[in-house]
Amino acid sequence: KLDPLPLCLPHVKIKVPQKFLLCASGESVKVYSSSSEECVHDLQGHTDLVSGIVRNPSNHLQVYSCSADGTVRLWDFTDGILIKVQPHSLPRSFAIAASFFALCTVLVKLFQLVAVHLPLSGDQEVEARELSAVLCDVSPSGAASFGRKVRVVGLPGTSVANKFFLKSGNKKGAKNAFTCVSCHPKEDCIATGHEDGKIRLWRNFNQKKEYTYSTLHWHHGAVNTLQFTPEGTNLLSGGIESVLVQWHYTQENQKDFLPRLGGAITHIAVSPDGSLFCTSHSDNKITIIQSCVKVSAIIQGLVKGEGVRTDLTIDPRSKALVLNGKPGHLQFYSLHRDKLLYNLDIVQQEYIHEEGLDQFEVVKAAFDTRGNWLATVEERTQKGSELEINLKLWAYDEQTQSFMLNTTVTAPHEDQITAMCFSPSPETTMLVTISFDGHFKAWLLADHSDTKAEGACWSCDFVGGYHHLKPGCCCFSADGSLLAVGFQEVVTVWSPSWELLTTLSQPPGAIRDLCFGRLSCSKYLLGTSTKNQLCCWNLLTCSLEWSTPVDVSLLQADPLSENMAAFCSQSGCSDLFVFKPGEPRPLYSQKALCTGKVQRAVFAPRDQMLESCEEHAQWLNRSQLYFFTQHMDLMTFSTKTEEDRLLASSKRLMVDDSVAVTPFYLLLGKHRQQQEALTNPMAERIQLPQGSIAIKELLYTPAHVLPSASFLCSMFVRSLLISSSSAR
Amino acid sequence: MGEFKVHRVRFFDYMPTAIRAMAFNAHTERLALARMDGSVEIFNFTDHYFQEKVIPGKDSRSIESLCWVGGRLFSAGLNGEIAEYDLENLRPKYSLEAYGGPIWTIISNTQGTQLAIGCEDGTVKLFEVLEEHIQFERNLDRQKGRIISLSWHPSGTHIAAGMMDMIRVFDVPTGHAVQRLLVDRGFGGSKSRETVVWSVAFLSDHTVVSGDSAGKVQVWDGHTGTLVKTHLVTKWDVLALSVSKDESSVVAGTSEGTVIQFQFIAPTLHQQQDKEWVRTRTFKNHTHDVRALAEIETAIVSGGMDTHLVVRPLLEKFDEKSHASGLRKIHFPHVIANNINLSCAKKAGLLLFQFPGQLELWRLGDSDEHGKPGDRLPLKRKPEKLLLLKRKGEDHICCSALSSCGGWLAYSTVSSVRIYRLQTDNNNISITKVSKLPKALHSAHQLCFSSDSSKMFAASSQSSVLVIALTQSECKYVHTLKPKSGSRQPIHLMTTSGDGKWLAAANSDCEIHVYNLQKLKLHCIVPVYGSCPSAMGIHPTTNNMTVVHADQQLFEYSIVEKQYTDWSRKLQKQGLHNVWLDRDTPVTHVTFNSKNPNQVVLHDMHMFCIIDQMFIHPCPCHNGLIGFSGLFYNQMTLRSLSEQERPSHLHAFKICKTFQVSLLFLASLLDDQSLVVVERPLLAITSQLPAPVRQKKFAT
Repeated sequence: KLDPLPLCLPHVKIKVPQKFLLCASGESVKVYSSSSEECVHDLQGHTDLVSGIVRNPSNHLQVYSCSADGTVRLWDFTDGILIKVQPHSLPRSFAIAASFFALCTVLVKLFQLVAVHLPLSGDQEVEARELSAVLCDVSPSGAASFGRKVRVVGLPGTSVANKFFLKSGNKKGAKNAFTCVSCHPKEDCIATGHEDGKIRLWRNFNQKKEYTYSTLHWHHGAVNTLQFTPEGTNLLSGGIESVLVQWHYTQENQKDFLPRLGGAITHIAVSPDGSLFCTSHSDNKITIIQSCVKVSAIIQGLVKGEGVRTDLTIDPRSKALVLNGKPGHLQFYSLHRDKLLYNLDIVQQEYIHEEGLDQFEVVKAAFDTRGNWLATVEERTQKGSELEINLKLWAYDEQTQSFMLNTTVTAPHEDQITAMCFSPSPETTMLVTISFDGHFKAWLLADHSDTKAEGACWSCDFVGGYHHLKPGCCCFSADGSLLAVGFQEVVTVWSPSWELLTTLSQPPGAIRDLCFGRLSCSKYLLGTSTKNQLCCWNLLTCSLEWSTPVDVSLLQADPLSENMAAFCSQSGCSDLFVFKPGEPRPLYSQKALCTGKVQRAVFAPRDQMLESCEEHAQWLNRSQLYFFTQHMDLMTFSTKTEEDRLLASSKRLMVDDSVAVTPFYLLLGKHRQQQEALTNPMAERIQLPQGSIAIKELLYTPAHVLPSASFLCSMFVRSLLISSSSAR
Repeated sequence: MGEFKVHRVRFFDYMPTAIRAMAFNAHTERLALARMDGSVEIFNFTDHYFQEKVIPGKDSRSIESLCWVGGRLFSAGLNGEIAEYDLENLRPKYSLEAYGGPIWTIISNTQGTQLAIGCEDGTVKLFEVLEEHIQFERNLDRQKGRIISLSWHPSGTHIAAGMMDMIRVFDVPTGHAVQRLLVDRGFGGSKSRETVVWSVAFLSDHTVVSGDSAGKVQVWDGHTGTLVKTHLVTKWDVLALSVSKDESSVVAGTSEGTVIQFQFIAPTLHQQQDKEWVRTRTFKNHTHDVRALAEIETAIVSGGMDTHLVVRPLLEKFDEKSHASGLRKIHFPHVIANNINLSCAKKAGLLLFQFPGQLELWRLGDSDEHGKPGDRLPLKRKPEKLLLLKRKGEDHICCSALSSCGGWLAYSTVSSVRIYRLQTDNNNISITKVSKLPKALHSAHQLCFSSDSSKMFAASSQSSVLVIALTQSECKYVHTLKPKSGSRQPIHLMTTSGDGKWLAAANSDCEIHVYNLQKLKLHCIVPVYGSCPSAMGIHPTTNNMTVVHADQQLFEYSIVEKQYTDWSRKLQKQGLHNVWLDRDTPVTHVTFNSKNPNQVVLHDMHMFCIIDQMFIHPCPCHNGLIGFSGLFYNQMTLRSLSEQERPSHLHAFKICKTFQVSLLFLASLLDDQSLVVVERPLLAITSQLPAPVRQKKFAT
């Protein structure tokens, strides 16, 4: 069975119970070790977005999670076990927050705010459920500018756990809509963050109409998150500035900053003892901070920027997926280890965390076949001024194990560069860029032997065009002997000596994608056009072999086999076809893969070839297909054997919860277990009679009412003896 | 609406002066406000913040502090004198030298039996308040350094005094200082400078709150003399403090123009005992120093160097959005605009501007051309200043008048009245002072000429009006018109009818008396309405009197029939539109269109309105509809409608809001159907203010 497996989801909420860091990630809750940054458990079970996590106040090893699917689940996060599911009778309800001082969940159901009261009782079976509609006519926060915002506040110590304040969202055009809220743990004080960057501290709201507030203002953008420290001495706030601000409660003039944390701060969590802070960032990162001074650990997922503008590419050396990462960076993400390797700074300029600024963005990246060269294109569009484009070429440095900037070409073209590829031929190192200005340029690595100090650098070798048409795509054949460039409706095929060999065209519709066949199918050239055509030309006869009317949004060739993957968009969904150019029937097809268009896809070669016996999964043997959905989720295909292996490994991870699970521990722990098994293989632990009355009496009676130890001793020893009947 | 040739007069460079001190009388709900030039204004907070009275200033008088004792108002200033004001005759009653050098502050105890002043020489002097006078009682222990601020403990036994670098607490019966609270100096460069304790407040639980020049608001325990809490609120000075009546809130005004509130709050619901002072809200309504503050029950009133009086309502004290809960900025005294410092000679096209120190007479410009609505006409003759008349003596001018023919000019101070004869022939102007004045005419609250310029009316004490006959050679006392009610309040409005038969006079008791000038006797009293009249005018043809009150209500009263007209009754029955009622500033002037007898021209500080009695009145029942204010101010939409649709959208109120960014002082219709609008752009006033304290602004 093939299943799309989500690798990365944007939604992150965090909670720090001492040694473990819990983080809601999409439909699951991930448990990280705060010291080793390893993901220990993945608590799966929810069927929709997890919207909140809260610790069980009566048992610090348990955690509740609530989700948009309308259920509240209780987990043991150290073992990763689901203890209890608390479904809500309300269909289509959406739990938005949970506060467990009175064990109360707040749900939004059909624009109604409903408080579900769960009385805290020891018995898990009997649960009186009280349901009360607190407020009708509530628009979901942030939905409409005219909508009234609701602040949901759980108050410690008061029997009524929720208080609501209504305030018109647009008072005199001021942007004072609420963005976040936090309660002081000890005093009756509520902090709210606002869109205009102000923080208001509300006090005295128990008395009717006597509420009052004070305002703190440092953030220039909206305040994304607020959190009081457990003692209530400090208030932490964060926003787009990516600065963690620590306000001293009651002395609001004093504040501390922890700047340059990366992306915009979306959530802050504090460990119960207040020693660790934790911030999650919009670029899919969690930072663990020790007492607001030192960043102690960073848990980084696939960096999620505003949008991925580069194609997905695979670094041939590290086999890492390369795409846009932090602003102005390329990220190298290891698919096999599901871990970010490093970010490569392309733009090499300071990024300013402010909205509405036009800054350089990396828009194209390409590797040559051996991974020695990386070409990047960055551009900046400023309103009212010309487009700024830089083409940069990076050489791989064996010593530093990273890419070093070799050549920078400012304004390589007069207009946007639409595509770029390296020639795969082993003789020359050549790069072709095509642009909307109607030209394609070939860049060659020229060896200037006379200037020894400089070394090799890149220069333009050839400028080509075709009837002043705008080129849209380009492709090299597998051996580098042919270059195909699509000029609107015409495909031109060029030889390495820049001779125009032939032109192919299948009007109507401009060419969108071009792809040469590989291995046994290398005589074919495939092209897709905007007018729903998928064409296959035979290059030997220079004629159309076949064409079919499908709206192909993306065409991708597997570099290790003849297979081609075509993503077709049809009525809001994407379909996938995997086929060989020479064969009439597709190898594999899946309808309604995901909603929306698939924007980017790549074949990542596997480390070891799979020996899959299933017929429809054989195309995955050599390489794995990854693609981005419209919601910027990275998905992949996996085979059944892989899934089984995943399951097995997750079982193996369940280990003793007394020690933090680090890779080192896993290694050592296994070793120790083996040793133990070797030394006394037959040893069996005798079950101690723990339920004995005498032991209970000794251990649970308060010390001041206990009889003297000499009296108890004999009774205690006797209880430990195994009675003759049971021994036999 | 009608089309007029408009004289937009912008050469009136009136400059208000800064607010120095403020005192609120919670019993009568009157706010007394002292300005830098020594003038005192009284605002009635029960009557839509209407400025009831103005006591003109004097050159040698400066007021540092104001204080109410019962209904009596006292002031003290740097000239070393204590003055009590006669609020009926709008003048200082007496002033008393305190013999302690400049006086910085004056306070009274809650019982109203004693006054305390803080002097430059370091003494706190106690005065006994007698029936008609005050008498020096004794000094408290003399200190080194000046006494800047004082606060009396509500029980009357202790006084806290703010000084340089310290606060002293005095025991009143013995007169000894019992506590010495040392105030820290500022940081850095200001360490060498003494800290001035600008303001102290003594609360009934013996907590002393102080505001000082180092920018701190400090809370002290008055029993032990220990510092409880320091709030550093600004880099500059904390100039003023005010305590709410229930002592749960203190507001502090700073040099940055902010007003910061502190509240006495329990940390949680269950710990009501350990309350503490917490800094809460910050209000920024001023650009310059906040020198005077008063926290009243539902609002915070502040004033300062930027000359505005701001009433900032505390929104949590209101149940719902209402008229009273809106922020209001009283830019300038509106009585001044109320035809007192401006007069317009309708026939001669002359304008008289009154300043505290001088009078200016201008001739309006002229133009022959005609243009489309909105055009600027080229001037044939530029407006010119004909005359600059400086006053004699120290007292500031309190009222002035110009007759409509332009032949007579009169002004009054608190001590004297002067009348001048003006002769203008073409470009020459001659002015002669009328030398012999009747003895009865020694001062006037209001001056007014009859329409044919044969008589002058002067509002005198006890709501009486003196009638003076004017002839070419002399002026002669004719009669004193006295009201029957025996009111002692001063007249603040006076108007005559076009035919010279009627005179109407309104006083601060909200009474309007109409006198028959031919019989020289009281004709009738307009039924007393609860709010003070802010403007009135008698129609030239019908002799109906239009009265607008401070609460924006509008009445039309037929003098001849001695009753309200049908139009007025209908209007009252239907009720006025909410948008009209919610305006902040009262109507300051009423005039009529001689061509169209149905039109009444009104204006307040920000808008100009013509009421056409022929049209239906906009119905107030649409109040709840959003955007109905747009329907009320519908002159622009009307213009875009076709001729057929227009009548259905017409209503009686035609409002022109061209003057929103400036202040409108006078809109008057001249005889040749041209409109005179005297305006003063707000920007021109703010640009003349001194530079505010420098503040670091984000991203500059």
